[in-house]
Amino acid sequence: MRFRFTDTPIDTGAARRELLDVGAGGYVSFEGWVRNFNEGREVVRLEYEAFQVLAVSEGERVLAEAAERFPIRRALCIHRVGALELADMAVWVGVSSAHRGEAFDACRYIIDEVKHRLPIWKKEHYRSGDSGWVNCERCAAAPQHAHAHAT
Amino acid sequence: MSAAQPPAYGLILAGGASTRMKRDKAQLQYHGKTQLDRVFELAARHVERVFVSVRAAQIDDPARSRYPLIVDSVAGEGPIVGIRSALAAHPDVAWLVLACDLPFLSDAALEQLLAERDPASSATAYRSAHDGLPEPLCAVWEPKAAAELEAYQAGGGKCPRKFLIRHAAKIVEPEDRRALDNVNTPDEYAQALGVLSAGTLPENPMQLKIQYYALMREQAGRSEEILETRAATPADLYGELQARYGFTLSREQLKVAVNSEFAPWSRRLAAGDAVVFIPPVAGG
Repeated sequence: MRFRFTDTPIDTGAARRELLDVGAGGYVSFEGWVRNFNEGREVVRLEYEAFQVLAVSEGERVLAEAAERFPIRRALCIHRVGALELADMAVWVGVSSAHRGEAFDACRYIIDEVKHRLPIWKKEHYRSGDSGWVNCERCAAAPQHAHAHAT
Repeated sequence: MSAAQPPAYGLILAGGASTRMKRDKAQLQYHGKTQLDRVFELAARHVERVFVSVRAAQIDDPARSRYPLIVDSVAGEGPIVGIRSALAAHPDVAWLVLACDLPFLSDAALEQLLAERDPASSATAYRSAHDGLPEPLCAVWEPKAAAELEAYQAGGGKCPRKFLIRHAAKIVEPEDRRALDNVNTPDEYAQALGVLSAGTLPENPMQLKIQYYALMREQAGRSEEILETRAATPADLYGELQARYGFTLSREQLKVAVNSEFAPWSRRLAAGDAVVFIPPVAGG
């Protein structure tokens, strides 16, 4: 159960080979690609930045959780950092297991948790020439007051 | 205090759902007393009468029912309902409103707040040491706030803090910066217990290593720095750095890591700690 970063294109063939296991009857993978639009804006390229030490430990926690929840054989997640162009692969998740159901379920669990929990940030560069950190720029104008509501 | 100003009563807010703590916050214990008992006794040393604010569903709860209660009497949710219900029950008094999750609240903090009270304002509130905004749940709410709160709520307003910002409450700088630290999660509770048994704030500045990522790296204009600070916790530290660099993200939007592990905002910082503030993430 490994999580790692790379600043070069993800080699999916090599990644898949790490999951080979004679006890596995199936394998599921997910690829996240750079898309040309987000929230109504035309995106031309991306940058990913990560707090890698914590992201790797949290990523390996996610993979361990997936292995606890689902009877899988092996799992691997690789995330890009640095500058990416449209259609580049940003993240790859692969899972092998005895039967297909748990491989699908575990793969979905891993990508969902990785997106929500790991300290990884994405800066979008737009056709219009400006740029912004996803989830950070718009919400800054409307901060939540969790403290004031907590009694 | 002049003789003309209305007397102040105490109102302890104990109607919250404690969702993050996963257990009733009013019942958490410090030094053998529940938070509710402790804050009630503290308030009672400074004002003539003290009440506990509850929802109708809580009036039979044994921890609360032994106190004089003010049951929510207006519609809506959140602390505004409790404050409005108290102002409605006793229209001629001001209310020293206190959240029950303030384990560091002190006699000195209440003395200062009451001494600096301004009955001509809607309320007198401390400035939060964390984000510089007024703290509505350690504040004196004056009788005149009743009508203003009603109008604010009728207009869809829910946040007492935003109300205070709009209605030019008198803002008081707390002499005891820790007094308002609150406790919302099991981790923060454990940290608070540790601090209360250990006692004191760092007296001498210490060196911390701060690393910045993404939006915060751009706003700070650097990836890392060694900082000399007296900040006792990541919460204090963020307040200090937000003032210096003008970070646009509020603390509520961030997480924090100390020495490469997620940490509660109330963790005690030690010399040499490496601190990373984590803005909203967007992997994948």
